[in-house]
Amino acid sequence: MIALLLRDLRLAIRAGGGFGLGLAFFLLVAVLVPLGVGPEPALLARIAPGILWVGALLACLLSLDRIFALDREDGSLDLLATSPIPMEGVVAVKALAHWLVTGLPLALAAPGLAVMLQLPGGHGWLAISLALGTPALSMIGTFGAALTVGLKRGGLLLSLLVLPLYVPTLIFGAEVARRGVTGMELGTPLALLAAITGGAVALLPFAAALAVRINLR
Amino acid sequence: MELIVENLSCARGGVIVLEGVSFRLAAGRALVLRGPNGAGKTTLLRTIAGLQPAEGGAISLPPDSIAYAAHADGLKPTLTARENLTFWADIYGRGIGDTLDRMNLAGLADRPAMNLSAGQKRRLGLARLLVAGRPVWLLDEPTVSLDAEAVALFAGVVQGHLAAGGMALVATHINLGLEADVLDLSAFRARPRIAGGFDEAFA
Repeated sequence: MIALLLRDLRLAIRAGGGFGLGLAFFLLVAVLVPLGVGPEPALLARIAPGILWVGALLACLLSLDRIFALDREDGSLDLLATSPIPMEGVVAVKALAHWLVTGLPLALAAPGLAVMLQLPGGHGWLAISLALGTPALSMIGTFGAALTVGLKRGGLLLSLLVLPLYVPTLIFGAEVARRGVTGMELGTPLALLAAITGGAVALLPFAAALAVRINLR
Repeated sequence: MELIVENLSCARGGVIVLEGVSFRLAAGRALVLRGPNGAGKTTLLRTIAGLQPAEGGAISLPPDSIAYAAHADGLKPTLTARENLTFWADIYGRGIGDTLDRMNLAGLADRPAMNLSAGQKRRLGLARLLVAGRPVWLLDEPTVSLDAEAVALFAGVVQGHLAAGGMALVATHINLGLEADVLDLSAFRARPRIAGGFDEAFA
C-alpha cells in the first residue's frame, strides 16, 4: 500500500494537477475576498475563518473527480482490484494521498493567508481546525468519487453528492477556527470535528470500496 | 493445482451472455477461448478474475492465484517504463529483476510511458504478469498492437510460464503457437434474458 501511496504522490506532483491547483485556488480566494468585500480590517477579521474554511472545502472539491477517474480510464483500477491489496486499502490510500496533496498544504498555508485577511490571532487554531477537518473532506470526497467512478462527466454529480455531506465538517471546522480567534471555549466543536473525521476515516473506506466494486462490474 | 469452472453463467450489462460454461485447466496447460465479437470472452475472464459476480455455477481456484491482463495496460503516462513496472512489482511484493530485458524493453527503461509506442506499451503491460508471480494468467487479447516479433516473444514468455507449472486462459483471435486446448464460447451462448431481479435490471 505504501507503493500505491508513493505512486499517487509522485503522479500528483508530476502532473501538477492536484497539488498546485487546490493551493492556487485557496490563495486566489484569500486574495479576491478583500477585493470583493472591501479592506475594512474588522469586517475581514470577522469573516476570515468562514471564508478560509469555505475556500479549503471548495479547493478539496476541485480534484475529487481525479481520485479514481484516471485509474479507471487507464485500467489500473481493474488491475488493483485483482491485486493482493484489498479494495478498502486502495480506497484509504487514495484518500490519504488526496489529503497529503490537498488538505495538508491548505492547513499549512492557512495561517499565512489569515494574515492577509487581517485575522488578529488564533492562526494556530485555524490551522489545527483545517488539519483535523480536511481528512474528513478527503475521505467523504473519496466516497463520492467511488460512487461516480463509472460515470462520464460525473464531476457535477460528484459535487452535488458530496457538498451536503461536507456541511457538518464545515460548520464545526469554521466554528473551531472562529472560537479560536475570539478566544472562546472550543472543546465541543473541536471534539465534534474530530468525531466526524474519525467516523469518516473508520467507516467510509468500506462503503467506498463496495461502491468501487459495484461500479467495476 | 487446477482451475475448475463448473456450469458458469456470466452477464454483461445486466444481460446473461454465457451459461453452462464448464472446463478444467491443469497446471502447465493453456486454454484458448474462441468466439466472435460479443461471444463473452472478456465477460468470462472478468468473472473468473473476480471483477464481476457469476450469475450461476462455480469457480474453483486457489486464493491469490490470478494475474489478469485486460485490454487496458494500467500504465501511467508520466512514469517511466521502469517506474511503472516497479510499482506493480511492489504491489505484489516482488522485484522486477530482468523482466524489462525479457520483454525487450531494457533500452526503454527510463523513457516515460507516454513516449512509448502502442506495441511497447503493450509489452510493458504484459511484463506486469511476470512480476506478479501468480500461477493463473488470464489474458484478454494480449497480442493487440504487437508485431510478429513481439507476438513470438510473448508466446515464448507464456510457454515459459506453462513450463514452470503455470496456467493460462487466453482470449485471442490469432494463433500464439501454444500447445493449448480450445474452448469455443459460441456453444455456451445464452438465450438473451435479464440477469438478476427486477431492481437489478433497472439499476
